[in-house]
Parts: sequence; C-alpha cells; structure tokens
Amino acid sequence: MSGKVTTMADAVRELVRDGDTVAIEGFTHLISFAAGHEVIRQRKRDLVLCRLTPDVVYDQMVGAGVARKLVFSWLGNPGVGSLHAIRRRVEHADPAPLELEEYSHFGMVGRYTAGAAKLPFYPLRSYFETDLPVVNPNIRPVASPFGGETVYAVPPLTPDVAIVHAQRADAGGNAQVWGLTGCQKEAAFAARRVIVVVEELVGEEVVRADPNRTLVPGLKVDAVVVCPRGAHPSYAQGYYDRDNRFYLEWDRISRDPVLLEAWLKEWVHGTATHAEYVDKLGEARWRELTPGPALAGPVDYGDYR
Amino acid sequence: MSGTAGGGAPGWSRSEMLVVAGARALAGRRVCFVGIGLPNIAVALAQRTVAPDVELVYESGVYGARPARLPLSIGDPCLVTGATAAMSMVELFQYYLQGGLIDVGFLGAAQLDRYGNINTTVIGPYDRPKVRLPGSGGACEIAINAREVFVLMRQSARSFVERIDFRTSPGSLGGGALRAAQGWGRGPSVVVTDLGTYRFDADSGEMVLGAVHPGVTLDEVRAATGWDVRVAGDLAATPAPTTEELRLIREELDPGRIYVK
Repeated sequence: MSGKVTTMADAVRELVRDGDTVAIEGFTHLISFAAGHEVIRQRKRDLVLCRLTPDVVYDQMVGAGVARKLVFSWLGNPGVGSLHAIRRRVEHADPAPLELEEYSHFGMVGRYTAGAAKLPFYPLRSYFETDLPVVNPNIRPVASPFGGETVYAVPPLTPDVAIVHAQRADAGGNAQVWGLTGCQKEAAFAARRVIVVVEELVGEEVVRADPNRTLVPGLKVDAVVVCPRGAHPSYAQGYYDRDNRFYLEWDRISRDPVLLEAWLKEWVHGTATHAEYVDKLGEARWRELTPGPALAGPVDYGDYR
Repeated sequence: MSGTAGGGAPGWSRSEMLVVAGARALAGRRVCFVGIGLPNIAVALAQRTVAPDVELVYESGVYGARPARLPLSIGDPCLVTGATAAMSMVELFQYYLQGGLIDVGFLGAAQLDRYGNINTTVIGPYDRPKVRLPGSGGACEIAINAREVFVLMRQSARSFVERIDFRTSPGSLGGGALRAAQGWGRGPSVVVTDLGTYRFDADSGEMVLGAVHPGVTLDEVRAATGWDVRVAGDLAATPAPTTEELRLIREELDPGRIYVK
C-alpha cells in the first residue's frame, strides 16, 4: 500500500492554496467540517467555495474571511433557516462583499459531472421561464443537434481541490461510502486534487471484499486523512447522527458577528486539531449521537478461480 | 407561524388545517417529491390516511423512504435506513425527476403570483437584495419536471403578490399549452394555504379559490391577496380536520410541535 496517509494540517497546507476553487461536498451527510476548520486555522484567503448547499460549514468559513466567492444552488441552514454570516456579506457587504454564482441543484450536479467527464457542457431541462439564466450568463440555451428541442447548458466545474469525507478508505485512498452519496463522486473526479477524510482506515482487503461500495478510487486521491467524527455536526451514516442541536444553535451564533468570532476563537482557533474539538464536545454529547445498529445482510460476490 | 389567533376556529390551528388540506389533496397520488417542514408532515399524514401507497422521494438521493422519526433536514440519516433506494443526486435528478417518474412535487414560496410563479431567491433587486433567500435548490427542476406541483405556504399580502421579485420556478405558464408542447409537467395544480385551497383555471392558468377553510371569510382571503383574487362559482368549505387527523399530527408526526404550531 502506498502512503497517502497524512495529517489534516499537512493535507490542507500542501493541497489547498490561497485563491483556489475548493469543493467540500456532501449533501447533509459526510460534510468535512474538520477540513473546513483546518482551512480557517491556516487562514487561507480568497477561496472560491463550491457546494450545492453551502451549509453551516461555509457560513463558518465565510464568517472567518477565507472566501471571496460562492458557487452554489441552495443557500440556507437546512431545516433551520438562514446562514447569517453569508447573508450579512450579500445583503450589506458586511464586512466585505461576497460574489455569488448561482445554479439549481441539478445544474450544480451537472457541472461536476461535465467536469469529471471532460465535456464542454452538461444539458438539462431546467431553467425555462425563470430568471436564473438572466442573472447567471453561464446558464445558456442550446439547440439539440438532432433537431427540434432546446435545452439549457451549464459549464463544467473543475475545482482545484475536492475534499470528500467517507466512512472508510485504505492507505491508497480507495474510499468507501454508504448512505447518501450526494455528488461527492462527481466532485472528486472533476477536481485536480482530492483529499479523502475518513472515519476509519482499513486494509485493502476490506475494500476488495466489497468493491461496489467504493465511491472514489485511490487513483484520484492525493491524501488520506484519518479523522474520526470529522463530519460533526454533519454525520456519518451508521457512525453518528446529525447534531441537529448544533444546527439550531448556529442560527443564534451566526446572527451576531461577535458571537461568531468568539465561537471561531474557542472551537476552531482554540483547538489544535479536530481530535481536540471532539474531546471538547464531551462524551455525553457523543453518546446522544450514537445510533443503534441496522446491519445490511451480507452479499456473496462469489469466488471464481 | 400562525396560531389560533386571528380567526382560526377553536380546536385546531390554521397550520394544522393547512397540513390536513395538503394531505387530503394527495389522495390517489403515488410518487411524491418531498421537502422538509410542512410538506413532510402533509405527506406523512396522507400516507396514514388517504394515500397509504405513497412513495417518498427526497432530493438528497432517497426513493421509498420510511423514516422512523421526523427528519429535521432532507438529508437526515433516518431517511436512508429502511429506504427502497439510496442513490447519487445525478441519478435522482436525471432518472427519477427529469425522467418523469414523479407524480407530485411539493414546493414552498416566499412570493407567489396569480399564475403560480414562485420566488425563493431574493426580496428586492437581485444585485442589492433586501432579503437574500435560499434560491432554487431543486425547485426549478421540480416545477418543470414533476407531473404536477403542490404549493404549501402561509398566505398574506406579502407572500401572495401581483409581481414576484424573481422567478425561481415557473408556474402554470398561461394554461398549459406551452407546457404540453414542451413535454413538461403541468406545473402547479393545487395551492394550499392557511386560508384556503386554490386550483388553476385550465384556459388562463390563473389561480382560483376553490375552498375556504373553516372560520375564514372571503374578506380575509382578499385582504391577504395582492391581486383581485378569482373565486370559484361553486366555492366549497373545507371540511374541518377530523379527530384522527389531529391525533396523528399531534401524537405521531410532530409531537414536539416543531412545524405545526
């Protein structure tokens, strides 16, 4: 096995550069908050942050001042309300303007897919009779070369870096995921550099015993970071629950720039690593977030010799 | 959120009436694309009453969800455990939604006009928004590709407006000829609010008040509508929530009263 295993600090230092286009993907599930926090600790600058749902992780990063632009399709705190740090910048340029490039979910998914497949655009039947193409010139109508129909096209999205959280990977970066897979696969294949962050490092034989579960092959992966509970307050299916209490609390914190700054100071800059953040949350909180088991039945791939 | 104050009949709240009317409208429908909040409760109620065979689809990549608890977000792990299928979003949007398998898509709206056009993007100018709202998410593709769209929302003169500030998701598009010619779904077919239920005129594509909820007057509906609202000649009165519908909402679906106040 090749040694792609590294620390979060080293992975972010070497693979995330100021000005980069960065995608920390994961639709509600498997969002690498640990990577977002390390980007904040290292005070990266001028990032273009891509995600379908910027979620609390990008509200924290935007609030910390690491980003100049968002590329997205749904801007909110899921199930709760608004992302207030982002709204302050968009509505009041407070403390600085934030550039927005806006699509729909399918448009963003299509952009990663075109990026991964080296296609010049992705066609879809969205956007008709809406104002989205009016405000975003990257959403354009295109006539079918086979006659008749017009569809809309969106351009490929090829992030400099994609950061994907997974339940497990081997040291070569072969990453396996179950539960919601969002568009992490498309984001990873579209990106120039890929960091995989995992709950558990496993032997190559574990991956090979269940190849259907591999989302991203080591072929595409530059670094593997072992970071248990690294998705909190997002979740890892079967490992820990979404911490809805934190999502609710964030509404109060992010409404007030002073509270937000204090939160970053205490929970991000005040912790050297994600392991410290996990300890600081306390075992009682983690017990609350631990699900009971719901095992899949085994499948037989067959032994063919 | 509205409580019983402001004219709600005693015994239930207007939010409960909204959810009940939304659930009843699902009778006979099978595959529903669900959002979180009120639509989620309405579909769960329909599943236990008028539409036992309904299949829940979530844009996070789930078909046939059987959540054992009330999810706060549409990506909750309880939607995956026990589901028929969990898949990538490319698959969900390409094959299930754009592929035409969705009977009903639920949408909410910050602003709605008389043709069912929806704004969930900004209040005020796009470049200098007064309020920046979440944007489309999957809404614009649901509005085009679902066979029909149900809109659930609270009604006021600020939400039912003559002109929406931004068109995030297309409405009836003038009666359906354009939609049929393009092979799109029929668009919004039902709008359920805390005041009443609307259908759409087949020729003009305009919303028509078809039923008012108990305890609501036409004057109240007109005051909460930013245009001269059309009223059906055979305007009906929504039957009040039944004891069983209220029990399901209060004891099983939203015992913490998080969504249905």
